[in-house]
Amino acid sequence: MAETTIDPSTFKALQDAAGVEFVAELVDTFLEEAPRMMAELESALATRDAEAFRRAAHSLKSNSYTFGAVALGARAKELELGGFEAAAKAPELRQEFERVATALRGLRDA
Amino acid sequence: MRERYSTAGRLLVADDNKVNRLLLTRSLEILGHTVATAANGRLALEMLQREPFDLLLLDMEMPEMDGFTVLEHLGRDPALRDLPVIVTSSLEGIEHVVRCIELGAEDYLPKPVNPVLLKARIGASLEKKRLRDQQKELVRRFATPEVAQDMQVSGFSLGGRRIHGSVMFSDIRGFTALVESQPPEETIELLNTYYTLMFDAIAGQGGVVNQMVGDGLMAIFGAPLPLADPAASAVAAAREMIELVEGFSEQQAAAGKPQIQIGIGIATGEMVAGYTGTQQRATYTCVGDTVNLAARLEAHTKAAQRSILIDGATQRALAPGAGAEPLGAVEIKGLASPVQVFAVGS
Repeated sequence: MAETTIDPSTFKALQDAAGVEFVAELVDTFLEEAPRMMAELESALATRDAEAFRRAAHSLKSNSYTFGAVALGARAKELELGGFEAAAKAPELRQEFERVATALRGLRDA
Repeated sequence: MRERYSTAGRLLVADDNKVNRLLLTRSLEILGHTVATAANGRLALEMLQREPFDLLLLDMEMPEMDGFTVLEHLGRDPALRDLPVIVTSSLEGIEHVVRCIELGAEDYLPKPVNPVLLKARIGASLEKKRLRDQQKELVRRFATPEVAQDMQVSGFSLGGRRIHGSVMFSDIRGFTALVESQPPEETIELLNTYYTLMFDAIAGQGGVVNQMVGDGLMAIFGAPLPLADPAASAVAAAREMIELVEGFSEQQAAAGKPQIQIGIGIATGEMVAGYTGTQQRATYTCVGDTVNLAARLEAHTKAAQRSILIDGATQRALAPGAGAEPLGAVEIKGLASPVQVFAVGS
């Protein structure tokens, strides 16, 4: 599966619209917030709270697309729509997030 | 032309997601707007009730109170019902978009929000709000709170339309001589009292005063709000005005001040009604032969030595036994052929 980790044109468009420095700060915010969202996702799964599960997946999806993290966004969307039945894919989401975090740090410091 | 409308606004961003909040704020500030943020629907609602905003950018998926509930609250609140709301969301499914629009949202922008689209939508919404505020201000100034409220609920358009209604002109007899006979401040005080009384009588019958010039005024019955019987309402208002002026004159006499008398002309029929003027200054008005006739009838009250003169159409609309006295066909200055004129007693 050769899905793009970060779509370069989306990331570039974001920088053009909001400014390179601002996007660097926004990346930092995302890297702080995303682990919290994933923790929420996992605790919602543990407590069988479907609404919290969907909301956490939704937030993660929304932010992923903002940065052009297409694959992460697609994983999050599967969870948002699929609910607990799609929860088996949660570990994949973590792996993809690690790739995204590395790529975003690279782009931020470029 | 486009830039003229891109006025800066005071915007509220409601979103529980920090990245979204920061990015939207940034995008809006780049466009020159002032931005405040709320992390959920409940906080957003509290801020909207506390301070004025020009526009709300609303996320749907939020803890404590979601966007749908916020829209429902806004729709029920007369003070916030007209606040433009642009929904920004990445909710899946067209049914959510439909529900937002049905709940009164002005527009729906999918996330991630495209900056060009954002600019265009915000510009259009703020422009619409500016026009609406202007209309509200006009209505507030020229109509009673009840009429203004009704108009806001029923909606009203800027364009002209043909309406059926009654027009009234009224002024103070011999006002020029009166002005010269007393100190200026007393004239203004007299005018203010006079206008207060006239507005009460006219608004009390569902009419709208749309013009005041010196000691004269023009009022419309049946527009912008339709009335069941505009002619009867106009005549009832006229009778009350005469009565109020008589009472006022008695007070004036008791205080050793000059008394006043008024003349009123009423005509009924078709006319073109709408807002006229420029973007900066507009007024609700009516034009047409009916309006012209009412003005001429008012001018004729002095020669006829009657307080209230009405045309045939107004007389026909009155209930039998309403006490309109036919004066026959009268030659009226400015009109090509004689018209049937009726006098109404107070």
